[in-house]
Amino acid sequence: MTESVTTHAVVQEITNSLKHKPGALLPILHGVQDALGYIPAESIPEIAKALSLSRAEVHGVVSFYHYFRETPPGKHTIQLCRAESCQSMGGKKLEDYIKTKLGIDFHETTADGKFSLEPVYCLGNCACSPAMQIGKDIYGRVSTNSFDATIVELGESA
Amino acid sequence: MSTKIYVPCDSSAVSLGADRVATAIALEANKRGIEIELIRNGSRGLYWLEPLVEVQTSKGRVAYGPVQTPDVVSLFDANFITGEAHALSLGLTEEIEYLKKQQRLTFARIGKTNPVSLSDYLDNDGYRGLINALKLPQADIVKAVTDSGLRGRGGAAFPTGIKWNTVLNTPSEQKYIICNADEGDSGTFSDRMVMEGDPFVLIEGMTIAGLAVNATQGYIYLRIEYPHAFEVLNSAIDTAYKEGYLGENIQGSGKAFHLEVRLGAGAYVCGEETSLMESLEGKRGLVRFKPPLPAIKGLFGQPTVVNNVISLASVPIILDKGGDYYRDFGMGRSRGTLPIQLAGNIKHAGLVESAFGLTLRELLYDFGGGSASGRPIRAVQVGGPLGSYMPESQFDTPLDYEAFAAIWAVLGHGGIVVFDDTVDMAEMAKYSMEFCAIESCGKCTPCRIGSTRGYEVMDDIINRRDLDKNIPLLRDLCDTLLNGSLCALGGMTPYPVLSALNHFPEDFGIDAKAGA
Repeated sequence: MTESVTTHAVVQEITNSLKHKPGALLPILHGVQDALGYIPAESIPEIAKALSLSRAEVHGVVSFYHYFRETPPGKHTIQLCRAESCQSMGGKKLEDYIKTKLGIDFHETTADGKFSLEPVYCLGNCACSPAMQIGKDIYGRVSTNSFDATIVELGESA
Repeated sequence: MSTKIYVPCDSSAVSLGADRVATAIALEANKRGIEIELIRNGSRGLYWLEPLVEVQTSKGRVAYGPVQTPDVVSLFDANFITGEAHALSLGLTEEIEYLKKQQRLTFARIGKTNPVSLSDYLDNDGYRGLINALKLPQADIVKAVTDSGLRGRGGAAFPTGIKWNTVLNTPSEQKYIICNADEGDSGTFSDRMVMEGDPFVLIEGMTIAGLAVNATQGYIYLRIEYPHAFEVLNSAIDTAYKEGYLGENIQGSGKAFHLEVRLGAGAYVCGEETSLMESLEGKRGLVRFKPPLPAIKGLFGQPTVVNNVISLASVPIILDKGGDYYRDFGMGRSRGTLPIQLAGNIKHAGLVESAFGLTLRELLYDFGGGSASGRPIRAVQVGGPLGSYMPESQFDTPLDYEAFAAIWAVLGHGGIVVFDDTVDMAEMAKYSMEFCAIESCGKCTPCRIGSTRGYEVMDDIINRRDLDKNIPLLRDLCDTLLNGSLCALGGMTPYPVLSALNHFPEDFGIDAKAGA
């Protein structure tokens, strides 16, 4: 099966199972991103049709929300908190270190496709700042050393 | 008999290694042939002691912390399962001063129980409020909430009972209860702790709200950044359906209430109630004009109660013990308790639930123990990214909505972020403008363009370009944002910016006199 056929099947299944919910668009977009890692451009007409929306409306929603992405992420997405509490505990220095270490800025993916780096504005881990989340795993009191260790623990060397 | 050992499943505890500690304890017990019952509880909110391991003894629960995996063998060697002494001993949990000094009403169960166990919930006064509510006429449920003096804990502090009364008295075939769980304010985590640590109290509160105003459908709008809370809430909702606490016939009363968790997608502005409803309807989270009020024309155009997690989680105890009981805590027009979150650069970061009226100084030093870095505390930001920065001279302000408003500060959702003397307040002001620019929904011009312009002006100020021109320009811009924005995002960004400028003018390259 080609990639686009797979995408089509996944999007169709998710859309069909959720389109009857009131306000179904966000649940559908979450479903697609959970399954594929992003919202492929070719899925938008299909979602729009199922919900009787214009493609522009669906695209408008995808682009409004920071979490939804239109390009494939790296193998691991690192969400690094930029908010005040993390700043008070050296978050900016950590951010600079991570960017240098990975050689990427926010919203970018390393050339080897292993890591994407995204800013996040609060993970609710403010009693253990600075904080980051990789996938569903949350990390507190992150230091440059513990960041390095985490990268190694993920079986990757950055 | 097997010994009960508690290791929190709260995501902050997990972020410090609680899962690994739990696994190590189970393995070590198995290796030594000791029978234990490992319970994953919520967090007590003493985060500098997390992972906090507790053991049930004949004298009560004994605490050890912060425990890391290498400590586990020595804990067993010291016979911690009978509560014996160890370097990490903290004594009886309930006697830890930080906890003992608090007045926990909304957080009464959190840290004590297994969050997803309905029987734990029922054994610890759970669902008593609902059982009372099922016997009351709707107006009396609303009256209990009104009498309690409860005001919206999300930050706006609008009287909850009045909101409910409006929805009750607006006729409609379909009404909704929305729980605003888009806790986006930096320095706040009390909603997360409730959802992860005691989800049934939120479900109960929402069910009572549904009964009170005749709403049969509830939504919890949860931020995507809280994946652990999502799992815990869904598990508890499943159980509540199975046990007849949600569904078509709640506890045989013939009354219905349905509940679903919906995920946000990383937009801070969706914590604003009208933007949140747009998002729930599947649209861009653009702020709506008010009026019409959501209580009259809300989700899908129907009367809707939108309340914060803490507001709704405070309802069960009000219906259990009465509005008067709750109202007797607090000061002035700020009644009941507030779960305060000590965050950032503070030694004893954590959750302090107490009646309104504590001063910032008591919180920062008596509870918080001063800064984590050991340096002097220079500023605190209270009430999230739209709250004012407060200098040491304001630390004697009591936590009370009106006392804060009187000095142009906001209590908001009760988050306190602490900064030591290495902070550059001009940089913080610039960040506030940047944050507003990133998160603006774009509907109104002051917020959409003013925030970007504000970022540029702050950049000029930080680089000491044309201060004589740029400081008045910054003030003028803040005036436009303050008075011309559609919602609190643009309307309150001037709070952190101007408070930083007014209280810390030296960081903006001007002397105190010129800054005033």
